[in-house]
Amino acid sequence: MEKFTVGIIVSNHFGVLNRVAGLYAKRGYNIDSLAVGETDDPKYSRMTIVSTGDDYTRNQVVEQLKKLQDVKMVVLLENDKSVSIEHMLVKLKLDNESKAEISEFINSYSGNVMDFGEDFITAEISGNAEKIERFIKAAKEIGILEICRSGLISLSQGKNAW
Amino acid sequence: MKLSGAEILIQELIKQGVEIIFGYPGGYVIDIYDALYENTQKINHILTAHEQGAAFAADAYSRVSGKVGVVLATGGPGATNLITGIANAYLDSVPVVFITGNVAVPMLGQDSFQDIDIVGVTLPIVKHSYVVRDVNDLQQTIIDAFEIANSGRKGPVHIDIPKDVQKTACEYISDKANKNILKIEDKNQDICLAGINEAVKLILNSKQPYIYCGGGVTASNTGDELIELSKMLGAPIGMSMMGIGAVPGSYELNLGMSGMHGRYASNMTKSEADLIIALGIRFSDRATGAASKYSNDTKIIHIDIDKAEIGKNIYTDVSINGDLKEILPKLIEGLKKEKLIPNKKWIEAINSHKKQDNKPKNDDFSPENIINSISNHFDKNTIVTTDVGQHQMWTAQYYGFEKPRTFISSGGLGAMGYGMGAAIGACFAYNKKRTLLITGDGSFGMNLTELATAVSHSLPITIILINNNSLGMVRQWQTLFFHKHYSSTTLDRRTDFPALAKAFGADGIVVSNLTELDKALTNSPVDSPYIIECKIDIDEQVLPMIPPGVGVSGMIL
Repeated sequence: MEKFTVGIIVSNHFGVLNRVAGLYAKRGYNIDSLAVGETDDPKYSRMTIVSTGDDYTRNQVVEQLKKLQDVKMVVLLENDKSVSIEHMLVKLKLDNESKAEISEFINSYSGNVMDFGEDFITAEISGNAEKIERFIKAAKEIGILEICRSGLISLSQGKNAW
Repeated sequence: MKLSGAEILIQELIKQGVEIIFGYPGGYVIDIYDALYENTQKINHILTAHEQGAAFAADAYSRVSGKVGVVLATGGPGATNLITGIANAYLDSVPVVFITGNVAVPMLGQDSFQDIDIVGVTLPIVKHSYVVRDVNDLQQTIIDAFEIANSGRKGPVHIDIPKDVQKTACEYISDKANKNILKIEDKNQDICLAGINEAVKLILNSKQPYIYCGGGVTASNTGDELIELSKMLGAPIGMSMMGIGAVPGSYELNLGMSGMHGRYASNMTKSEADLIIALGIRFSDRATGAASKYSNDTKIIHIDIDKAEIGKNIYTDVSINGDLKEILPKLIEGLKKEKLIPNKKWIEAINSHKKQDNKPKNDDFSPENIINSISNHFDKNTIVTTDVGQHQMWTAQYYGFEKPRTFISSGGLGAMGYGMGAAIGACFAYNKKRTLLITGDGSFGMNLTELATAVSHSLPITIILINNNSLGMVRQWQTLFFHKHYSSTTLDRRTDFPALAKAFGADGIVVSNLTELDKALTNSPVDSPYIIECKIDIDEQVLPMIPPGVGVSGMIL
């Protein structure tokens, strides 16, 4: 059982997310993350869905998605043939002594401070899944107040679309 | 020309060639019924007793005629009553367009009176669906809906039209062209020649080939090609329930249905085959049994129009995705170049299995004899509809179907109650000629109110009600697998069916032997439904049976 990522171009209108998510739900395929947004053409949106399954599941997901009328294109984004990134906002607990230390910690992950106060700091971190997980693990030591992940977004490598 | 949404709908339906709609009026479709009122010469609307009956009628109408069925219902309960019918069309890949009215757009989702997000409810059981929020989109939506329903792997499409959209006028373009909205998967594709070559190779290496025929053969109208293939290879044909009728039952190498209640020869032959050529079939659990029990040495060629079906339920050695109507001629052409020698020993083995199916019969009033009598009585164009349960399996096993689209039954969904609505739809598709409904006391009880519809339209539907005073299929499982705990399956209903028929304005009779049955079949009126009740023993079983999870070795004879 491995994680796999599909990129999907869908019609940009209401109910489409339901159809796509419903297809995963119907067969009991869990969605690990889902990111969706309009493309350069407002008629279409692009989704990136990360899910877990074997070759059979992967193949079924792709073929079943292709059957949906609102789905225009589906592509499996293999790890070694795609570029992926995830964004995360994290609110960390702060005490005065640790302020400088934590700023440095965020910097070491090329993160940005988005907001701060006497006793908290909100950082933005981007990166691949491995980097995000590593940050979360370290941040737990400091104390996480709140966390929000965008879900992975992904494009194929090279010049060609798809 | 400016028309209201309701008028656009009706004009476009007429343009799509729709001659008949099954439906039920209500508050949110009054405008559409008003537009229908003006067009009764062009579109015949059949009012049923319940929306579910309308859905089943349109489904069966489509199965018999090959055309797209159309259903019209109001919002809320009218729409929710369609759900079983939509699911039925979905699981058996029947092209039906379901049209529902709904509350006005500003009221949608406000929990207004009869406000149900019916498109949300039906999402997992439609091929596609629409909520038309702007009357300017309506005409194109209808055109697209028909094209989607009737292309590729066919299926139900649902259009929800809020009441204000029906009332609003907009420009109607009477010669609007199709926009070519089909998915690539549903368009004619270049058939993969490599797949055909590989299939030819596997066939040449096979000594014991078996052709496994599904509903896709009927949908693609390729029964003749199938027989040609069968004769070339000396390969028997077995079928899923949905495949019944695609090839004449009298064809010597047609072994009939296989699967859980399949015929002995069909199942044994399939289990002994070294190659299964599966055509227009999806290897459902009921038809296939335990996929793990298939021999590892058996090769499988799978040809289907739906690419997602390939490898879904069973591993295949060679697969070709596309329309059988294009692929089979190419496959046959490829095989004609080769030297094919049908294996005599294989045919002998099959013939010996067939002896088990053709055991001499006594003339008692058994289900098998009842079905045989009915089969012998009617010409082979007669449409036979069934409900779901033991009587359905007996019909599938013993009725001699010779023509495609004459056996109309709820396959994938197994919806009890299908029969009465289906018989009405089938009868209309068959020009109101004699149509049969073979049903059971359980199933008939579910939608017998549709007798009223059949009476209103003077439909000559002969209803053979096989009455065992129980929900026989479940009882059979309770007998075999649940220590004879007959939990809620014994029907102590004491319904007087002939009297019931009379109350509906029809007639009926109870028969207790084959002679009386035959006489009653002859006496069925030409302008009214007629119930013939056949009382059988409560413990009659559908055999053979392969219990779930075991192979043919576990077949109960």
